[in-house]
Amino acid sequence: MGSTPYNEMTLSDGTSRAHYQRYAAWLDDQPTERLAQKRAEADALFHRVGITFAVYGQEEGAERLIPFDIVPRVLPLEEWIRLEGGLKQRVRALNAFIHDIYHDQQILKAGVIPAEQVLCNSQYRPEMQGVDVPGGIYAHIAGIDIVRDDAGEFRVLEDNLRVPSGVSYMLENRKMMMRLFPELFSGHRVAPVDHYPDVLLDNLRSVAPTGVSDPTVVLLTAGAHNSAYFEHAFLAQQMGIELVEGQDLFVRDEAVFMRTTQGPQRVDVIYRRIDDDFLDPLVFRPDSMLGVPGLLTAYRAGRITIANAIGTGVADDKSIYPYVPDMIRFYLGQSPIIANVHTWMLRRKEDQEYVLAHLPELVVKEVHGAGGYGMLIGPAASKAEIDLFRRLIVATPERYIAQPTLALSTCPTFTDQGIAPRHIDLRPFVLSGRDVTIVPGGLTRVALREGSLVVNSSQGGGTKDTWVLETS
Amino acid sequence: MLSRTADHMYWMSRYIERAESLARLVDAHYRMSLLPHLGETLTQSLSSTMAALQMEEAYSKRHDTVEPRAVFEFVSLDRDYSGSIVSCLRAARENARAVRGSLTSELWETLNSTWLEARSLGARRTPNADIGHFVEWVKERSHLTRGVTVGTMMRDEAFHFTRIGTFLERADSTARILTAHQSDLVPGADAGVVPDPYQWSVLLRALSAFEVYRRVYRDVITPFKVAQLLILRDDMPRSLLRCCKEVYQNLKSVANEQSAETERRAGEMHAMLHFTRMEEITAGGLPRFLEQFLARLRDLGDRIASDFLLPPAEA
Repeated sequence: MGSTPYNEMTLSDGTSRAHYQRYAAWLDDQPTERLAQKRAEADALFHRVGITFAVYGQEEGAERLIPFDIVPRVLPLEEWIRLEGGLKQRVRALNAFIHDIYHDQQILKAGVIPAEQVLCNSQYRPEMQGVDVPGGIYAHIAGIDIVRDDAGEFRVLEDNLRVPSGVSYMLENRKMMMRLFPELFSGHRVAPVDHYPDVLLDNLRSVAPTGVSDPTVVLLTAGAHNSAYFEHAFLAQQMGIELVEGQDLFVRDEAVFMRTTQGPQRVDVIYRRIDDDFLDPLVFRPDSMLGVPGLLTAYRAGRITIANAIGTGVADDKSIYPYVPDMIRFYLGQSPIIANVHTWMLRRKEDQEYVLAHLPELVVKEVHGAGGYGMLIGPAASKAEIDLFRRLIVATPERYIAQPTLALSTCPTFTDQGIAPRHIDLRPFVLSGRDVTIVPGGLTRVALREGSLVVNSSQGGGTKDTWVLETS
Repeated sequence: MLSRTADHMYWMSRYIERAESLARLVDAHYRMSLLPHLGETLTQSLSSTMAALQMEEAYSKRHDTVEPRAVFEFVSLDRDYSGSIVSCLRAARENARAVRGSLTSELWETLNSTWLEARSLGARRTPNADIGHFVEWVKERSHLTRGVTVGTMMRDEAFHFTRIGTFLERADSTARILTAHQSDLVPGADAGVVPDPYQWSVLLRALSAFEVYRRVYRDVITPFKVAQLLILRDDMPRSLLRCCKEVYQNLKSVANEQSAETERRAGEMHAMLHFTRMEEITAGGLPRFLEQFLARLRDLGDRIASDFLLPPAEA
């Protein structure tokens, strides 16, 4: 990493950026002991409230906290406005793309994206071909991962259009910050985020099957042992809807019902938090105990809305990601507001040659990988790891993409050694219903290990509160 | 509400109530163990109590003899025994976690911190003096849980199912404690030898009835009156009559299309206790009465499960 990362708070001369000045002055006045005590207080509260995630493969009941950092990530209004515009544009194009793929496939006919890239993708669901969904919306909830490069430019790192998670941390982090440091909120005009569940519910109701005037919305979870269970329970409670498991639902006469103490009750919209593969054992994985037999029949008959729709994975796959800017141009006739990270597609001969010659500088990702697994970070890798990836790439080039090693921007973070810069990213949540809306900010994830670029909670990542300042 | 949600609510409150009942029993026997000259009575009472609660088998796998210290630790802190107090607190919390979105956050946090604290208490090997402290704490957490439930939850179906769970469990517990002491309660037991007042105090304390007894009867403790208080007094919160009344009333509030027979049976149990006299019960024999009562309670629990909590799969 030759370049110096962009510091969100501090300029190279040591002074603070304009939007951070007030906070930096406050931070200077805080004794380290007070910060440490506040952090301990936050941990105790998170434990008591049970804001935890389950750890797979450990003894029953193993639950961990996602570390919360008490230094907020602050965005000035003008930067947010630009980001917001770019995100809305991107999600509109992605929804148009998914609709097109499951209908006329104009983008393939026009030769913008090679047809086999889409139709041979394991995330493409032929079952969805010709199925009309309300409003033509597929990705009702999108989590778009944004990073800032060394030049200070925002770039999209990844689109998450299946079951993106993390929004509960965005909401709980804000609550925690207001509880720990109320004085900061009287000195800053921080755009509120608490209305997210209201907007989400309104969106979900707006995409109910036609003819349903007062739709019943439920949230479908895999259950209390799922790693994101806290978020499922939290969102269901905040929206005042039932949190259901597959066993609570059944399909009769192409309609979906839930089992209640007063007999079967009709369900109109399912906000599902389980993957496509588990939704309906009659169509997808037959061994799934999490889904609802017959759900797809009801779906294809237009009697139930599933959010996100089945088959959105075809648009957030890493092999499709390089084409998103082309989608924006193709469907919207606009030029992209937020750029992608430059991506080499290893199935292309010339890209592969370049990448194999520059492996120690690059990041190589598995096309279907997630959570920071199946990935090579060249500058941090051993010779053996690089050799392994070289063999993997030559054997199955279509399974990999490569990107330059980004110097992700850093934000001051409270570590055991005091305040120190750590790399961060940002996941705003984009909601599509009658309109496209975003609550200001998103979830900032931070790589807590010094020098680490991996922000995933499964690998030592933490989170921060994210502030959009209404005035600087 | 979802059947599964109702099921978790029901079990959540049953487990908390069970933890409290066990804590009361341990507490009463623990106090007895501090008194001189009661060694044999204590051991006997522990044996019959464990028998009535069906804990004997699990206990005998761990210990050869009934030794008060070992029994207290087994009932309170044994994590590998699903019937211990810590296991009940864990089960209550697991049920609550499965429906945390349907609980008020105060109720969830109460149950969650109870479990977190119990876990850390259980991890330390509790020294002798701490057993009394532990069961005292369990009672307090149960009081707190019930208070938070009543003080923060909507009076909707969810609330009624937690109440049904609480009172079914309490009726079961009172009936079992009476069973454990049934030989002391047969008529004539108060003729001849004067029963040891300290023995009675165990039973009464375990049901929070010691002070109540004094207030109601202003008299020496007799088996007949003890049984009357714990079975037929409508104003005694842990009596069989009171518990059945609460179950019946809450069941009426959640009635559905298929629950008529269950409601009728609950009403019948309540009416039987309401209109019977102690003489009638003793005439037929207290052991037989208690045995039948427990069987009817089990039947009621099964019927509630199939009417509301785990309805058969739809065709």
